[in-house]
Amino acid sequence: MLNLISLISGTLFGFGLALSGMLSPSKIVGFLDLFGNWDPSLAFVMGGGVLVTLFSFHFLLKRRSPLFAPRFLLPSKQDIDRHLLSGAAVFGVGWALGGFCPGPALSSLAYGNIEVFVFVGAMILGILAAKYATGYFKAAPQGA
Amino acid sequence: MENFTPYSSLIGGIIIGIAATVLLMVGKIAGISGILEGLLPPRPNDRLWRFIFVIGLVLGAAIYPLVGGDVGYIELNPYQVGESAHLVLLIVGGLLVGIRTYIGAGCTSGHGICGIGRLSARSILATITFMITAIVTVFIMRQIVGE
Repeated sequence: MLNLISLISGTLFGFGLALSGMLSPSKIVGFLDLFGNWDPSLAFVMGGGVLVTLFSFHFLLKRRSPLFAPRFLLPSKQDIDRHLLSGAAVFGVGWALGGFCPGPALSSLAYGNIEVFVFVGAMILGILAAKYATGYFKAAPQGA
Repeated sequence: MENFTPYSSLIGGIIIGIAATVLLMVGKIAGISGILEGLLPPRPNDRLWRFIFVIGLVLGAAIYPLVGGDVGYIELNPYQVGESAHLVLLIVGGLLVGIRTYIGAGCTSGHGICGIGRLSARSILATITFMITAIVTVFIMRQIVGE
Protein backbone atom coordinates (compact mmCIF):
# COMPACT_ATOMS: atom_id res chain seq x y z
CA MET A 1 0.00 0.00 0.00
CA LEU A 2 2.76 2.43 0.96
CA ASN A 3 4.52 1.89 -2.34
CA LEU A 4 1.38 2.22 -4.43
CA ILE A 5 0.38 5.43 -2.63
CA SER A 6 3.91 6.80 -3.08
CA LEU A 7 3.72 6.15 -6.81
CA ILE A 8 0.30 7.82 -7.10
CA SER A 9 1.37 10.81 -5.01
CA GLY A 10 4.69 11.25 -6.83
CA THR A 11 3.07 10.98 -10.25
CA LEU A 12 0.35 13.50 -9.38
CA PHE A 13 2.99 15.80 -7.94
CA GLY A 14 5.17 15.61 -11.07
CA PHE A 15 2.18 16.12 -13.36
CA GLY A 16 0.99 19.08 -11.27
CA LEU A 17 4.43 20.67 -11.45
CA ALA A 18 4.54 20.29 -15.24
CA LEU A 19 1.03 21.71 -15.67
CA SER A 20 1.68 24.58 -13.28
CA GLY A 21 4.66 25.85 -15.26
CA MET A 22 7.07 25.30 -12.40
CA LEU A 23 9.43 23.12 -14.45
CA SER A 24 10.71 26.24 -16.15
CA PRO A 25 13.47 28.05 -14.23
CA SER A 26 12.53 31.17 -16.19
CA LYS A 27 9.07 31.15 -14.64
CA ILE A 28 10.53 30.68 -11.16
CA VAL A 29 12.92 33.58 -11.68
CA GLY A 30 10.07 35.54 -13.27
CA PHE A 31 8.13 35.23 -10.02
CA LEU A 32 11.14 36.26 -7.93
CA ASP A 33 11.77 39.22 -10.23
CA LEU A 34 9.48 41.53 -8.28
CA PHE A 35 11.21 44.64 -9.58
CA GLY A 36 11.31 43.51 -13.21
CA ASN A 37 8.86 41.74 -15.47
CA TRP A 38 6.92 40.07 -12.68
CA ASP A 39 5.11 36.75 -13.30
CA PRO A 40 2.80 35.94 -10.35
CA SER A 41 2.15 32.33 -11.48
CA LEU A 42 4.10 30.71 -8.63
CA ALA A 43 1.85 32.38 -6.07
CA PHE A 44 -1.12 30.70 -7.75
CA VAL A 45 0.61 27.31 -7.59
CA MET A 46 1.37 27.71 -3.91
CA GLY A 47 -2.07 29.15 -3.28
CA GLY A 48 -3.74 26.21 -5.03
CA GLY A 49 -1.64 23.71 -3.10
CA VAL A 50 -2.18 25.35 0.27
CA LEU A 51 -5.90 25.71 -0.41
CA VAL A 52 -6.08 21.92 -0.59
CA THR A 53 -3.65 21.09 2.23
CA LEU A 54 -5.14 23.59 4.70
CA PHE A 55 -8.42 21.78 4.33
CA SER A 56 -7.30 18.15 3.90
CA PHE A 57 -4.49 18.20 6.47
CA HIS A 58 -6.87 19.60 9.04
CA PHE A 59 -9.17 16.61 8.68
CA LEU A 60 -6.49 13.96 8.20
CA LEU A 61 -4.42 15.11 11.16
CA LYS A 62 -7.44 15.09 13.45
CA ARG A 63 -7.38 11.31 13.22
CA ARG A 64 -5.20 9.36 15.60
CA SER A 65 -3.54 7.54 12.70
CA PRO A 66 -3.37 7.96 8.91
CA LEU A 67 -5.92 6.13 6.73
CA PHE A 68 -3.49 3.51 5.43
CA ALA A 69 -0.65 3.37 7.94
CA PRO A 70 -0.20 2.80 11.67
CA ARG A 71 1.19 6.24 12.45
CA PHE A 72 2.10 9.68 11.16
CA LEU A 73 5.68 10.54 10.40
CA LEU A 74 5.66 14.30 10.88
CA PRO A 75 8.47 16.79 11.36
CA SER A 76 8.96 16.88 15.10
CA LYS A 77 10.87 20.14 15.47
CA GLN A 78 8.88 23.06 16.80
CA ASP A 79 11.55 25.60 17.59
CA ILE A 80 12.60 28.46 15.42
CA ASP A 81 16.36 28.61 15.49
CA ARG A 82 19.14 30.07 13.46
CA HIS A 83 19.61 26.75 11.63
CA LEU A 84 16.12 26.98 10.22
CA LEU A 85 16.46 30.61 9.21
CA SER A 86 20.03 30.50 7.88
CA GLY A 87 19.16 27.27 6.10
CA ALA A 88 16.13 28.80 4.46
CA ALA A 89 18.11 31.94 3.57
CA VAL A 90 20.83 29.98 1.75
CA PHE A 91 18.20 27.78 0.12
CA GLY A 92 16.60 30.90 -1.35
CA VAL A 93 19.91 32.03 -2.88
CA GLY A 94 20.51 28.61 -4.48
CA TRP A 95 16.91 28.45 -5.71
CA ALA A 96 17.23 31.84 -7.37
CA LEU A 97 20.63 31.10 -8.97
CA GLY A 98 19.68 27.78 -10.56
CA GLY A 99 15.97 28.43 -10.96
CA PHE A 100 15.27 25.00 -9.51
CA CYS A 101 14.15 23.65 -6.17
CA PRO A 102 14.27 19.91 -5.45
CA GLY A 103 10.83 18.87 -6.76
CA PRO A 104 10.95 20.52 -10.18
CA ALA A 105 14.61 19.52 -10.59
CA LEU A 106 13.84 15.82 -10.07
CA SER A 107 10.69 15.95 -12.23
CA SER A 108 12.57 17.70 -15.03
CA LEU A 109 14.89 14.72 -15.36
CA ALA A 110 12.00 13.35 -17.47
CA TYR A 111 12.96 15.61 -20.38
CA GLY A 112 16.60 14.53 -20.46
CA ASN A 113 18.30 17.93 -20.47
CA ILE A 114 21.93 17.81 -19.39
CA GLU A 115 21.53 21.04 -17.38
CA VAL A 116 19.00 19.34 -15.11
CA PHE A 117 21.33 16.42 -14.47
CA VAL A 118 24.08 18.89 -13.53
CA PHE A 119 21.79 20.63 -11.04
CA VAL A 120 20.50 17.39 -9.52
CA GLY A 121 24.06 16.02 -9.25
CA ALA A 122 25.21 19.18 -7.45
CA MET A 123 22.15 19.07 -5.18
CA ILE A 124 22.87 15.45 -4.17
CA LEU A 125 26.51 16.36 -3.52
CA GLY A 126 25.30 19.26 -1.39
CA ILE A 127 23.08 17.02 0.72
CA LEU A 128 25.88 14.48 1.20
CA ALA A 129 28.34 17.26 2.10
CA ALA A 130 25.90 18.66 4.67
CA LYS A 131 25.37 15.22 6.16
CA TYR A 132 29.10 14.71 6.38
CA ALA A 133 29.74 18.15 7.87
CA THR A 134 27.09 17.73 10.54
CA GLY A 135 28.54 14.40 11.63
CA TYR A 136 25.52 12.48 10.43
CA PHE A 137 27.60 9.59 9.11
CA LYS A 138 29.31 9.06 12.45
CA ALA A 139 26.20 9.63 14.50
CA ALA A 140 23.92 7.32 12.51
CA PRO A 141 23.38 4.13 14.43
CA GLN A 142 24.54 1.15 12.39
CA GLY A 143 21.77 -0.88 10.85
CA ALA A 144 19.05 1.41 12.15
CA MET B 1 3.11 40.11 -16.91
CA GLU B 2 2.80 38.55 -20.37
CA ASN B 3 4.00 35.16 -19.11
CA PHE B 4 1.37 34.93 -16.38
CA THR B 5 -0.55 31.61 -16.45
CA PRO B 6 -3.15 31.89 -13.67
CA TYR B 7 -5.40 28.97 -14.62
CA SER B 8 -2.86 26.24 -15.35
CA SER B 9 -0.79 27.32 -12.34
CA LEU B 10 -3.77 27.26 -10.01
CA ILE B 11 -4.93 23.85 -11.27
CA GLY B 12 -1.36 22.51 -11.15
CA GLY B 13 -1.10 23.78 -7.58
CA ILE B 14 -4.35 22.08 -6.62
CA ILE B 15 -3.06 18.79 -8.09
CA ILE B 16 0.14 19.21 -6.04
CA GLY B 17 -2.00 19.77 -2.94
CA ILE B 18 -3.94 16.59 -3.72
CA ALA B 19 -0.64 14.72 -4.16
CA ALA B 20 0.48 15.89 -0.70
CA THR B 21 -2.89 14.83 0.72
CA VAL B 22 -2.58 11.36 -0.80
CA LEU B 23 0.85 10.90 0.77
CA LEU B 24 -0.42 12.02 4.16
CA MET B 25 -2.88 9.12 3.97
CA VAL B 26 0.11 6.88 4.62
CA GLY B 27 1.38 9.31 7.24
CA LYS B 28 4.15 10.95 5.21
CA ILE B 29 4.88 14.56 4.41
CA ALA B 30 5.48 15.33 0.72
CA GLY B 31 8.63 17.39 1.26
CA ILE B 32 10.75 16.56 -1.75
CA SER B 33 14.06 17.45 -0.11
CA GLY B 34 13.25 15.27 2.89
CA ILE B 35 12.26 12.37 0.66
CA LEU B 36 15.44 12.72 -1.40
CA GLU B 37 17.62 13.15 1.67
CA GLY B 38 16.31 9.89 3.12
CA LEU B 39 17.25 8.11 -0.10
CA LEU B 40 20.91 8.99 0.24
CA PRO B 41 23.42 7.11 2.37
CA PRO B 42 23.89 6.19 5.08
CA ARG B 43 20.24 5.76 5.99
CA PRO B 44 19.12 2.52 4.36
CA ASN B 45 15.96 1.28 6.00
CA ASP B 46 12.97 2.92 4.35
CA ARG B 47 14.25 3.68 0.92
CA LEU B 48 11.82 1.92 -1.38
CA TRP B 49 8.81 4.19 -1.01
CA ARG B 50 11.08 7.24 -1.41
CA PHE B 51 12.59 5.82 -4.56
CA ILE B 52 9.13 5.03 -5.94
CA PHE B 53 7.94 8.56 -5.13
CA VAL B 54 10.86 10.07 -7.06
CA ILE B 55 10.14 7.73 -10.00
CA GLY B 56 6.56 9.04 -9.81
CA LEU B 57 7.79 12.66 -10.00
CA VAL B 58 9.66 11.86 -13.22
CA LEU B 59 6.77 9.78 -14.56
CA GLY B 60 4.21 12.52 -13.90
CA ALA B 61 6.31 15.07 -15.77
CA ALA B 62 6.85 12.56 -18.60
CA ILE B 63 3.10 11.89 -18.91
CA TYR B 64 2.22 15.58 -19.21
CA PRO B 65 3.31 16.08 -22.85
CA LEU B 66 1.87 12.66 -23.77
CA VAL B 67 -1.63 13.81 -22.87
CA GLY B 68 -1.31 16.98 -24.89
CA GLY B 69 0.48 19.24 -22.42
CA ASP B 70 2.88 21.79 -23.85
CA VAL B 71 6.41 21.78 -22.45
CA GLY B 72 7.61 24.37 -24.93
CA TYR B 73 7.38 26.97 -22.17
CA ILE B 74 10.39 25.51 -20.39
CA GLU B 75 13.38 27.84 -20.50
CA LEU B 76 16.29 26.45 -18.53
CA ASN B 77 18.53 29.51 -18.67
CA PRO B 78 16.59 32.26 -16.89
CA TYR B 79 19.34 34.88 -16.99
CA GLN B 80 20.25 34.18 -20.62
CA VAL B 81 23.94 33.83 -19.79
CA GLY B 82 26.54 31.88 -21.77
CA GLU B 83 26.75 28.11 -21.55
CA SER B 84 29.64 27.91 -19.11
CA ALA B 85 28.30 30.68 -16.87
CA HIS B 86 24.98 28.81 -16.81
CA LEU B 87 26.73 25.61 -15.73
CA VAL B 88 28.41 27.51 -12.89
CA LEU B 89 25.04 28.90 -11.76
CA LEU B 90 23.50 25.41 -11.86
CA ILE B 91 26.34 23.85 -9.88
CA VAL B 92 26.49 26.61 -7.24
CA GLY B 93 22.69 26.73 -7.05
CA GLY B 94 22.42 22.95 -6.75
CA LEU B 95 25.06 22.77 -4.03
CA LEU B 96 23.42 25.53 -1.98
CA VAL B 97 19.95 24.03 -2.36
CA GLY B 98 21.28 20.61 -1.37
CA ILE B 99 23.34 21.77 1.61
CA ARG B 100 20.64 23.94 3.00
CA THR B 101 17.60 21.82 2.39
CA TYR B 102 19.32 19.29 4.59
CA ILE B 103 20.33 21.67 7.36
CA GLY B 104 17.24 23.91 7.07
CA ALA B 105 15.25 20.69 6.70
CA GLY B 106 12.79 21.74 4.08
CA CYS B 107 12.20 23.18 0.65
CA THR B 108 9.39 24.82 -1.29
CA SER B 109 7.12 21.78 -1.15
CA GLY B 110 7.84 20.72 2.43
CA HIS B 111 7.62 24.14 4.02
CA GLY B 112 5.61 25.98 1.38
CA ILE B 113 2.80 23.51 0.66
CA CYS B 114 2.73 20.95 3.49
CA GLY B 115 4.11 23.05 6.35
CA ILE B 116 1.81 25.98 5.71
CA GLY B 117 -1.03 23.47 5.35
CA ARG B 118 -0.23 22.30 8.86
CA LEU B 119 -0.01 25.93 9.99
CA SER B 120 3.53 25.29 11.21
CA ALA B 121 5.17 28.51 12.39
CA ARG B 122 8.58 27.11 11.42
CA SER B 123 7.44 26.52 7.88
CA ILE B 124 5.77 29.89 7.47
CA LEU B 125 8.92 31.65 8.68
CA ALA B 126 11.17 29.47 6.52
CA THR B 127 9.03 30.19 3.46
CA ILE B 128 9.12 33.93 4.06
CA THR B 129 12.88 33.78 4.60
CA PHE B 130 13.73 31.88 1.42
CA MET B 131 11.37 34.04 -0.64
CA ILE B 132 13.14 37.18 0.56
CA THR B 133 16.68 35.93 -0.11
CA ALA B 134 15.60 34.54 -3.48
CA ILE B 135 14.03 37.86 -4.50
CA VAL B 136 17.16 39.73 -3.42
CA THR B 137 19.35 37.26 -5.33
CA VAL B 138 17.35 37.72 -8.53
CA PHE B 139 17.50 41.49 -8.09
CA ILE B 140 21.30 41.35 -7.77
CA MET B 141 21.61 38.95 -10.72
CA ARG B 142 19.56 41.33 -12.86
CA GLN B 143 21.93 44.15 -11.98
CA ILE B 144 24.91 42.01 -12.99
CA VAL B 145 23.62 40.38 -16.16
CA GLY B 146 20.95 42.89 -17.19
CA GLU B 147 17.38 42.24 -18.20
